[in-house]
Amino acid sequence: THMAGQEEKPIIYTMENKPIVTCAGDQALFTSLYTSLAQQLPREPMEWRRTYGRAPKMILLEANFVQFKEELLPKEGNKALLTFPFLHIYWTDCCDTEMYKSSVKEDMMRWQNSLRTHGSSDWVIIVVETNDTKKKNKTNILPRSSIVDKIRSDFCNKQSDRCVVLSDPLKDSSRSQESWNSLLLKLRTLLLMSFTKNLGRFEDEMRTLREKRTQPGWSFCEYFMVQEELAFVFEMLQQFEDALVQYDELDALFTQYVLNFGAGDTANWLGSFCAPVRNWSGLLLRRPIDMEKRDSIQRGEASLLDLRSYLFSRQCTLLIFLQRPWEVTQRALELLHNCVQELRLLEVQVLEGALDCWVFLSCLEVLHRIEGCCDPAQLAANCSHTVGLWAAAHTGTVHHGVPEPSGLDFTLHFNSLQSPYKKLKEALSSVEAFERHYLELSHAAMEMYQAIGRLRSARLVGKSLAEFYMRKGDPERAETFLQEALKSYVSEGWSLPVTHTRRQVAECQKLLSKTEDYLQTSALLAGDVNLTTDERKHFCQEILSFTGKSGDQSHKVTLSMGVFAQLTQLKFHPAAASVHSGAVLQVELTLRCLMPVSVRIQQLVASIHFEVDHGGTHGRSKGAQRRTHPGTVVFRQSNSSAGPPSSAGAGPSLELDEIQDRSPSDNSLNSTGVICKNTHLLMRRHDSNSPPDTPNCISPPTVGIKEGAQMLKVQDVTLEPGNNSITFTAPPGTYTLRQLCATVGEVQFILPHIYPSAQYEVYSQEPQLTVEPLSEPLLAGLPQKVKFTLLTGHYTVKKGDALQLSNTETMPILPSTSCTARISSPTSELVGESTLSIQSSEKVTSISLPPAPPYHTLEFQLEVLCIIPSGADRPANERLTNGEVRHRPRSYSHPDTPMTAIDQRMSIDCPWSIYSTLLALTFYIPFKTKHSLLSAGNRKYIQVCVQNVSDVNFALAEVKLTEKQHASLELQSLNTKTQQLLCCKHSVFCLWEVRWKDDLPSCLQCVFSANFSPLSQDISAYKPFHYQFQLERVTTLYSVKAEIFPPAGEQRCRSGVLCGLEVCITRLTEPAEGEIAEDSKTETDGPKTTKLMYEVADSSSNWAVCGKSSGMVLMPMTANATHKVQIEVMPLFAGHLPFPKIKVLKYLPHTAAVAIQPDPDSCVENDSLSLLDKTLDDQGDTASIRSRGSVHSVGSGDQQQKGVAMPRLEPFSPGQVFNHSHACQVLVLPATDDHIMEVNAT
Amino acid sequence: MNTNMAVCIAVIAKENYPLYIRSVPTQNELKFHYTVHTSLDVVEEKISAVGKALGDQRELYLGLLYPTEDYKVYGYVTNSKVKFVIVVDSSNTSLRDNEIRSMFRKLHNSFTDVMCNPFHNPGDTIQSKAFDGIVSGMMVQTA
Repeated sequence: THMAGQEEKPIIYTMENKPIVTCAGDQALFTSLYTSLAQQLPREPMEWRRTYGRAPKMILLEANFVQFKEELLPKEGNKALLTFPFLHIYWTDCCDTEMYKSSVKEDMMRWQNSLRTHGSSDWVIIVVETNDTKKKNKTNILPRSSIVDKIRSDFCNKQSDRCVVLSDPLKDSSRSQESWNSLLLKLRTLLLMSFTKNLGRFEDEMRTLREKRTQPGWSFCEYFMVQEELAFVFEMLQQFEDALVQYDELDALFTQYVLNFGAGDTANWLGSFCAPVRNWSGLLLRRPIDMEKRDSIQRGEASLLDLRSYLFSRQCTLLIFLQRPWEVTQRALELLHNCVQELRLLEVQVLEGALDCWVFLSCLEVLHRIEGCCDPAQLAANCSHTVGLWAAAHTGTVHHGVPEPSGLDFTLHFNSLQSPYKKLKEALSSVEAFERHYLELSHAAMEMYQAIGRLRSARLVGKSLAEFYMRKGDPERAETFLQEALKSYVSEGWSLPVTHTRRQVAECQKLLSKTEDYLQTSALLAGDVNLTTDERKHFCQEILSFTGKSGDQSHKVTLSMGVFAQLTQLKFHPAAASVHSGAVLQVELTLRCLMPVSVRIQQLVASIHFEVDHGGTHGRSKGAQRRTHPGTVVFRQSNSSAGPPSSAGAGPSLELDEIQDRSPSDNSLNSTGVICKNTHLLMRRHDSNSPPDTPNCISPPTVGIKEGAQMLKVQDVTLEPGNNSITFTAPPGTYTLRQLCATVGEVQFILPHIYPSAQYEVYSQEPQLTVEPLSEPLLAGLPQKVKFTLLTGHYTVKKGDALQLSNTETMPILPSTSCTARISSPTSELVGESTLSIQSSEKVTSISLPPAPPYHTLEFQLEVLCIIPSGADRPANERLTNGEVRHRPRSYSHPDTPMTAIDQRMSIDCPWSIYSTLLALTFYIPFKTKHSLLSAGNRKYIQVCVQNVSDVNFALAEVKLTEKQHASLELQSLNTKTQQLLCCKHSVFCLWEVRWKDDLPSCLQCVFSANFSPLSQDISAYKPFHYQFQLERVTTLYSVKAEIFPPAGEQRCRSGVLCGLEVCITRLTEPAEGEIAEDSKTETDGPKTTKLMYEVADSSSNWAVCGKSSGMVLMPMTANATHKVQIEVMPLFAGHLPFPKIKVLKYLPHTAAVAIQPDPDSCVENDSLSLLDKTLDDQGDTASIRSRGSVHSVGSGDQQQKGVAMPRLEPFSPGQVFNHSHACQVLVLPATDDHIMEVNAT
Repeated sequence: MNTNMAVCIAVIAKENYPLYIRSVPTQNELKFHYTVHTSLDVVEEKISAVGKALGDQRELYLGLLYPTEDYKVYGYVTNSKVKFVIVVDSSNTSLRDNEIRSMFRKLHNSFTDVMCNPFHNPGDTIQSKAFDGIVSGMMVQTA
């Protein structure tokens, strides 16, 4: 059949194309072998090495064996490749030399000659050798090799491989198989060689042709045919990839020409493609080769669409062979866009609608083709491309224009009844059918988009669908799609699409008579800045004209406030948002009206909610208004209609609190963290698609204003565009603002929640009396002004009302001639002034108050004097007028000031209460006073030091010291000045000498007094100041005298040389009474003596004491009794050295009872010191011994008192021992003179 | 004519709302808004596809998002998921991929400058003269 077929039609453009191999010679022989040959040839792949660096390929070779004819050989210039015979075979089974010589050789020669004339060198001679042939011609048998050799020598000049032997081809032997294999290998090799050679030559020629493309007369169509020939051959060889490359190259070349044309570079041949489009029959993908279009290209008559269609159909075919169908859809989409573009570029005349038909048909054709060859899974995976096609098909339909499809002049060639054509034909046949198809396509596209998650694209298709429905007069369906789209634009904040879509929604809603929705949408549009003012006014008018309708009163339309006006700020006056019931609290709202024109509002109502819980905590503002600006709540706007829904701009802000988890046992920190208190508000935003505070465009708020709630109201307000200020006056109580409602005729705009919450409080207040210093600090001892402030609260001060102050001795109220009270209103305006009448009795000071209205402030000042406690004496507890025990104001040291503080309490009886009001004032003592006793032998001096610790400068006058008990005692002042300046932080020292006649009393009760006044004031302002103190054991008992003697034979002491220290202790007085009593216990009989302990201590390490540094002395208790002690000391340095310190202490033997001095302040510590743990170098200081006793606490003191009697040392009071050599110095010479002092002078 | 010839340039926030969108004034602005918004579908698709493949070493330039009959839409996404979209007229065949890339790079640089402005609040729409200038330079000049 193959052989027969050849003669009728040499070129068959089907997939059955195979490389042509001609067969000459013994046809019968070939026919017998043909089947095996055709089967076995493609059995094994061969490696095809390519030129131009192309990668080698494994290739299966098939061949179409045809009988050799001279006509088959290509003539000069014939570019056909498909019909090109790649190999010529001569078959012979001749084994007879004679026969070879007589006929076969000649035939071969002829064959060779015709090959040579046509320049074909791809040939082979096959000599078939069978046992049968050998047997048949036994007589003339020659060795087989000789025939082959002959042929080789005759024809195969240097190519011995051009003659092949096939042995016993029909036998099933290994030899036969081997011979077959080598033959097949040879044939394959030769075929490939031929391919490489001939295709290479072809490609070279093709390239040359392409290079000529700039020359005039070059034709793309011509070139197209040439390159396509190459593509065909590759396709024939099943090298689809290479074939596709040829078409892609053609595609790119053509595209480039069109682009160049667009850029003004015209090629002549392009003219044919610029012809008006007359045929738009769409792509044809079912047939591998659309011969009709190919012919038209070959004739140069193809239109642009023809060329593109043909090219694409070829590419599609190859892509399907390559099993990449999704690439078809992708390329198809590009092609469709590209073609439309190219037609535009080439300025091709296209009949209206023709292009859309072409696009539509092509889309359907591609989809159809792809669905046919793809499995569903593959289709789903690549449907993003497919969906584009659906969408393109859809848009193509849209472009048709719905109303009049029949208006097109259709000259479609519906010669084939394939489905896209059927569909289009049907669609165009009637409006109904068209619509049906359109809807079908749209829905398909939408579903596909949704399936692959391209929701935005799906919504856009939905929107155009909605536009279709609108034109069809079906607003109900349209609205669904529009709302869907609108929702997505709103949620992603695309304001322009929002406005556009919303306008379409408004149109729907108007048609559907969805009054509320329409009004809501209108309100949004009226406030939409993307629209022109006229458009906005139109929508605003829509609302206003509705409100103007005198409709049914019960039917009120409720809309969200947010579409109409935004509450931007809420302000309380006063800012605390908390006033008492007599004052006015105003709530000022700032409403930003979004309407383009001013709108008159019949009523604006803010509903308020009574807060039960917060009844008691008045005076404190709560909620959001406290945070940054007191009294002001700023409402953040969620930009509903326009603008970005940025995370910062919308929704409530985070309210964070720190939490700490502490261990219950030791309060150590286990963990710490931050919690969000308003998660319920924040989380809601993320969970649901529509934010709660976005004025929802889809459904109007169902929340109405709460019935029966308390309201703040204003009537008849006109809201201008932009910010408006509206003020409410708040009724008494604690309320939270909850909702806002504006009524315009039949329309109510409601803000269902005011967030952040704003709370105010109008409360009732009890009268309050406070006393505070006019200036800080209050100084004791001087008249000080204090301010009384009375907040009347709900109480009305009547005529005759008076404050009763219980008098105290320590803080008298000073009478003053002109004391005026100021009455001021809650807003601090002065209302009145009147003089106060103050009456003082012994116990009570009564202050008559002037009449004052409630919630006013009454202020007056009084002068008080806090008497400085003089120190020693302590008055008995007094009782106040109200029977309360008065505590003596105790002074204490205050941490903030060096001054001693005194809290002075006041008890005031007020007319509005049966209870006394207790108030305290803190005074500070400006002075610190110290005293000391100084001795010189028997003579005694008293020194008083007054230190000014306040910040005020004082003048001190009439400094006086008196002794209370002993009249004979004379205190002679050694102070020269009568008046002295006492600046702040400075001290004044005063000195008196004590003179006495008989005996010096052992105990002195002294009172220091002085007058002082602040420096700026005159003499009359002087106030007394007293300081009491007591001095005990004043008399000097012993005098201690030390002398240092140089070593014998020396004039002076020398450092490092021992010298003598003589301490002489002399009893100065007869024993005093107390002393005898003490000592009589120890020494019951014998001469009265007392034991003293002396100690030589040198704290500055000037001296080394050799031997005993301390010792006991038994002193007779008579006047002038003297005891001398010799001690050896060694000076350690040269120079004027101070004497070592000599201390004398009372030695109390273990039997002596502990002398407990009754301390006036009941401090139980005693002054006794243990021998063991006390260093004794600072007892001589001028401070009173007692103060030491109250400060220190000897560690073992308690044990001692509990009975373990130990010998103890007790220091003398200052003044009891007088040290003559207290500050004496002695000159000590250096040890030797020959010490070298090194002096470097530089 | 300038070699840079976009008809619409848009910057879109991570949350997909427009930070900046400008189109050639003579043309239908609304249409560009729709086109850019719809292109986010493809941007998201590409981001998720690329994200899976390469992790953090991804290419910012997303290439041609999709062609329509009239326009070519190109995408670019920053590491902070801010998207740039450039729409080019389909008839404008002189623009090569490299030029589109360099336009995006310029845009990105200018955008970075805007973000570096301490007075700019990230997330707000871009109102910068400098940025405007860069964008204007890339847009088709309409005489």
